[in-house]
Amino acid sequence: MKREDTVITCIACPNGCDIKVSFAEDGSIAKLEGYKCKNGITYATAEVTAPERILTSSVAVVGGEFKLASVKTSKPIPKGMMKDAVKALYSVKVNAPVKVGDVLVENILGTGADIVSTCVVEKV
Amino acid sequence: MDICIDKDLVIVGGGPAGLAAAITAKENGIDDIVIIERDKYAGGVLRQCIHDGFGLQMFGERLTGPEYAARYEEKAKELGIEIKLNTFVLDITGDKIVRTVSPDDGMVFYKAKAIVLAMGCREKSRPAIMLTGERPAGVYTAGLVQRLINIDGFVPGKEAVILGSGDIGLIMARRLTLEGVNVKAVYELMSYSSGLKRNIVQCLDDYGIPLYLDHTVVNIHGKDRVTGVTVAKVDEKKQPIPGTEEYVQCDMLVLSVGLIPENELSKGAGVELNPVTGGLFVDDNMSTNMDGVFACGNVVHVHDLVDFVTIESNNAGKCAADYIKGKKNEGEAIEVIPENGVRYVVPSTVHKNCDRKTADFMFRVGKVYKDARITVYDGDRLVRSFKKSILTPGEMEKIKLAQMDIDSASQLRIGIEE
Repeated sequence: MKREDTVITCIACPNGCDIKVSFAEDGSIAKLEGYKCKNGITYATAEVTAPERILTSSVAVVGGEFKLASVKTSKPIPKGMMKDAVKALYSVKVNAPVKVGDVLVENILGTGADIVSTCVVEKV
Repeated sequence: MDICIDKDLVIVGGGPAGLAAAITAKENGIDDIVIIERDKYAGGVLRQCIHDGFGLQMFGERLTGPEYAARYEEKAKELGIEIKLNTFVLDITGDKIVRTVSPDDGMVFYKAKAIVLAMGCREKSRPAIMLTGERPAGVYTAGLVQRLINIDGFVPGKEAVILGSGDIGLIMARRLTLEGVNVKAVYELMSYSSGLKRNIVQCLDDYGIPLYLDHTVVNIHGKDRVTGVTVAKVDEKKQPIPGTEEYVQCDMLVLSVGLIPENELSKGAGVELNPVTGGLFVDDNMSTNMDGVFACGNVVHVHDLVDFVTIESNNAGKCAADYIKGKKNEGEAIEVIPENGVRYVVPSTVHKNCDRKTADFMFRVGKVYKDARITVYDGDRLVRSFKKSILTPGEMEKIKLAQMDIDSASQLRIGIEE
């Protein structure tokens, strides 16, 4: 089925390119215009097929200099699952120390993405 | 008796600016450095900015704030740079004595050969925008909410209205939503958002949060706790239009209404401030009007991207190191003057006959321009012009001029022509 042409604002970097997406008769992407780099192609394509986002949030730390460790998903997850993923993290508690890059939860909600620490929390 | 310690370089502030300046100074041969940080951790505001999008310029990666900060903290640690945490600077005197106080060390004075000011900026709060109404609990600045949620693990409300569409406000609209808060709307006084376009997309549009331009909060309700706010549409003069008032129920009002450079210490020391921005006048060596006092980052002017803070601070660290080593910039300096819609330019003076190919100039415009030109004049002579499809107050502009152009000029005026 033919889809109406749409404009996607790329969020890959602060340039915020407006990318015009035109569709073919069968609903596939016919043309992309207005991007400045290849990230724009990847982003706009995903956005009109299966939109995904990197999730950033935090998890509780036990015995650390800070109460929380900031985290992110190791790769983008479906946009519709962001809230559920944050909820799932409420029950997670990790022990200090935590280093940048530590995997704190594997395969969150079956998305294939891990929850990875983005900060350092020393043990106290 | 108070202790006075001699130091080559004292850096005030352990955020991204202070860390980068310290690292570069160290790499340029200065060993005797101390960073003074009032918080219990280094990294500044980055530590609470847990969202990603930092570091695209510096590392070509989309890092989160804490990751970006950790890279510089680790580097500083590796180089053995001393960071005094929980330490507050009381004042800086004209002869470069930095007086500090901390719970661990009490009063400690540092006598510095050079100082780098890297105090960053702070948020405008309710009195700054003269919001009328009751004075209940539940009125917060966006950065405070960010700290409460991301550092202290405490969500301070259930239903939020956000006033101001600066980047922190937009980022917090998303963060609050993900933490289960019902974010009713974002209201913006101006006809445009001062936030980055991609933040409007991924923070508001993604979650169906409406953005009302030309709107403001005219009243706050609630005796002990915020129970709601009255919002209204504004006219061209930004005055509320009678009859457009609407009541919105909420238990928190989040303010994202602008940032101002934190320059109380600079003022006390006698450093000259730019009255337009509250920032500092610096030359192309990031030197202030005070001999041996340098500055970088948001204390000079508020940046959109930390990457540019780092680049600027590397320059400040390098120039402070040169100063300590006795290398002086002997060349003649010329003035750089903003005009025609340009609010300020950093640097405000630039040296001639320097050993470099180009020099960077950063500035902001006062309103939105479409299909305009950035013009650089020396007297009546057009030195350079740059075509721009769009210029907005929300995005810092950066232009490069060839050193040749600077060498042949007696003054540079940077403006916008439509």
